[in-house]
Amino acid sequence: MSALPLIGAALRRKKTRTFLTFSSVVFAFLIFGVLSMLRVALAAGVDIANEDRLVVRHRVSLFQMLPESYEADIERLDSVVDAVHMTWFGGVYQDPSNFFMQSPVHPAEYLDMYPEVRLSEEEKLRWIETRNGAVAGRASAERYGWEIGDRIPIQPTIWRQQGRGDDAWEFELVGIYDSEVEGFDETQFLFRYDFFDEARSFGRGTVGWYMVRVNDPERAAEAAAAIDDLFLNSEAETKSEPEGAFAAGFANQIGNLGLIVTAILGAVFFTILLVAGNTMAQSVRERIGEIGLLKALGFTSDRVMRLVLLESVALSTTAGLTGLLFAVGLGAALRPTLATYFPGLFLRPQDLLLGIALALLTGLVTGIFPARQAMRLRTAFALRRL
Amino acid sequence: MRFGSFLRQCRAVARYNLETIWERRGVSAVAVFGIAGVVGVLVAVLSIAAGFRSVVAGQARDEVAVVLRSGSTGESVSILSRPEMDAIAEAPGVARGSAGALVSPELSVIIDRKKIGAGTDANVPLRGVEAAAFEVRDDIEIVEGRMFEPGRNEVVVGQGAAVSFEGLQVGDIIAVGRSTWEIVGRFAGGGVSESEIWTDTRMLQQAYQRGNSYNVAFVRLTDAAAFEGFEAALSDDPRLNVSAQPETEFRAEQSRPMEMFISILGWIIVSMMSAGAVFAALNTMYAAVSTRSREIATLRALGFARLPVVISVIVESLVFGLLGALVGGGASYLLFDGFRAATINFASFSQVAFAFEVTRELLLQGITLALVIGAIGGLFPAISAARQSVVGSLREQ
Repeated sequence: MSALPLIGAALRRKKTRTFLTFSSVVFAFLIFGVLSMLRVALAAGVDIANEDRLVVRHRVSLFQMLPESYEADIERLDSVVDAVHMTWFGGVYQDPSNFFMQSPVHPAEYLDMYPEVRLSEEEKLRWIETRNGAVAGRASAERYGWEIGDRIPIQPTIWRQQGRGDDAWEFELVGIYDSEVEGFDETQFLFRYDFFDEARSFGRGTVGWYMVRVNDPERAAEAAAAIDDLFLNSEAETKSEPEGAFAAGFANQIGNLGLIVTAILGAVFFTILLVAGNTMAQSVRERIGEIGLLKALGFTSDRVMRLVLLESVALSTTAGLTGLLFAVGLGAALRPTLATYFPGLFLRPQDLLLGIALALLTGLVTGIFPARQAMRLRTAFALRRL
Repeated sequence: MRFGSFLRQCRAVARYNLETIWERRGVSAVAVFGIAGVVGVLVAVLSIAAGFRSVVAGQARDEVAVVLRSGSTGESVSILSRPEMDAIAEAPGVARGSAGALVSPELSVIIDRKKIGAGTDANVPLRGVEAAAFEVRDDIEIVEGRMFEPGRNEVVVGQGAAVSFEGLQVGDIIAVGRSTWEIVGRFAGGGVSESEIWTDTRMLQQAYQRGNSYNVAFVRLTDAAAFEGFEAALSDDPRLNVSAQPETEFRAEQSRPMEMFISILGWIIVSMMSAGAVFAALNTMYAAVSTRSREIATLRALGFARLPVVISVIVESLVFGLLGALVGGGASYLLFDGFRAATINFASFSQVAFAFEVTRELLLQGITLALVIGAIGGLFPAISAARQSVVGSLREQ
């Protein structure tokens, strides 16, 4: 209580220095926040993976096709509730750098499998009525300025239309979906499988991979094994794994991101500790006389130590929180621009908490040495410096 | 005369400042390490992009042309037939080797291999080639075992693939679907080819039921200047619906998405870190100025002008920047130059094994950034040092 005005006065003593220390800590936590968001986005959904969903793909590679008939076979298993298929379309909208995932799906079945995707009833109906109807995620719609009713041409790279050479596929946008879950990919472009299958020039009746919902997430591994057993020794053997494991494997294809991010954060925090700690130490050195005065007035050594410690904790937590808030704001601002590379940029609550904990810790670690120095100060000696 | 004395003053104050750095080593180390952190991260992240570019695009040659079905964005989505290959071989400008035209028809599929270290599946290219492939890319050599024999289920693995993925040593057997392949040799060279597994096209066509189709033709031309005529002939040929590019251009396009990705990531991080480091440097220099306010006042009382004081503080801050750049750049060089990794190439969706490259350009970029941070960090404290009242500072304890 009585500490607050004293801490306030101490922080106001050299405004420039307080501002600079504050700012460097703000940037440290801004970096922490942004890196946490990037890591989650790069892991492409490991954290938001649904525990009861499996990915079933061709054993040789994701690029080999599976028969459409597997859906019925998989759904016959007791451990399976539902299966839907998706296929990599890989078309180009205007320019190859406009990258977003495109896939033919069964509208109703897909929406059942992905409760994350939110469409209005009206949009759902229109999708089921429109043969060449497609829905797009909010991020893609905003980025390319699409509106409902637009005709969207997509140039094929793999899937050409029967008898139409390299002509573009034309889809009618019937819906724009929002995500129910933060971090879910809002760039996808989904269209109807029946329209796609009838028009494609080859590979009819084959699909890219299956998403399977199991009835007991605890026994997902068993269900995955049962699916793979089903197609053992067939033309197209499968490899099934939980969605999270699949996403983690995919993220590993890019590289060991966790290590890189941790190394950078380590460098950043080491530097910040050095800067903030040094500034605190210097500020205590300059105030030796004043601290002596406090002690002469009857402040105990413990209380003096607490004061100095509180000062550094107050500085680093307010700065840390400010940095984290900036990170959240920056994430929201950059989300549409960076959607191509990092779909779903957001700060997870657990990362936010970790950030706050780190801010507290920074304050304690940087404050402890000057605080002890202040505590040990001999009053008579200190007063001489006044 | 006045200018001469100005220079002498600058030199004297700067020298005095620099000589006392060691006595202020605690404060000074903060500025140096702050800047070292920024430079280290900048150089490390960009060395990933540089290493990736050099392995994907570095070995490309102007006199090699890459022919794909027109409209294809990459090898995997392009389809070319045998008759098309024969038509390509008839085009003008194609070099000739021991076995005729140097046209290498190739088929490339992707198989899953476990990545060493991660233990999860990664997309590794398995490429079917004919004898011409080794004449088109003349820098490939077998470094262990022997070449695969045509007509047998044998493969050779690239050096980069062998160290990045599990079970790719000579003597290992690769099972892909229902077929098995024996690894009989390991090869080096060929740039991005080192991340691949190579086998006989016919065997691969059979295993993947691809009939007599291919994905791409790599063509060696008589020289780089022959490309224009070669391309014109292809587009005039009614039997062909293809597009040709010099290999250099093709590879550059292939490496661009990943390079962009790394560079965007790197610059986001580095710009924030730089801002943080500017504050750290400012803090250090303000502290340096404030602890020496009496010394500075003494100098001014002795007749030193303001500008030499300003310049000396900036020089000191620049020296911190330079030291930081040397520490950060040096650490990055020692830790990361040659560091081996494998990542996915977004353009082909397959793995590329590469080594980080800390190049001279990157170190120069690091030094430039450090000097900019140092200059900004020194400027404002320098001005405040010069504005200080001489009498007031001298009276201060």
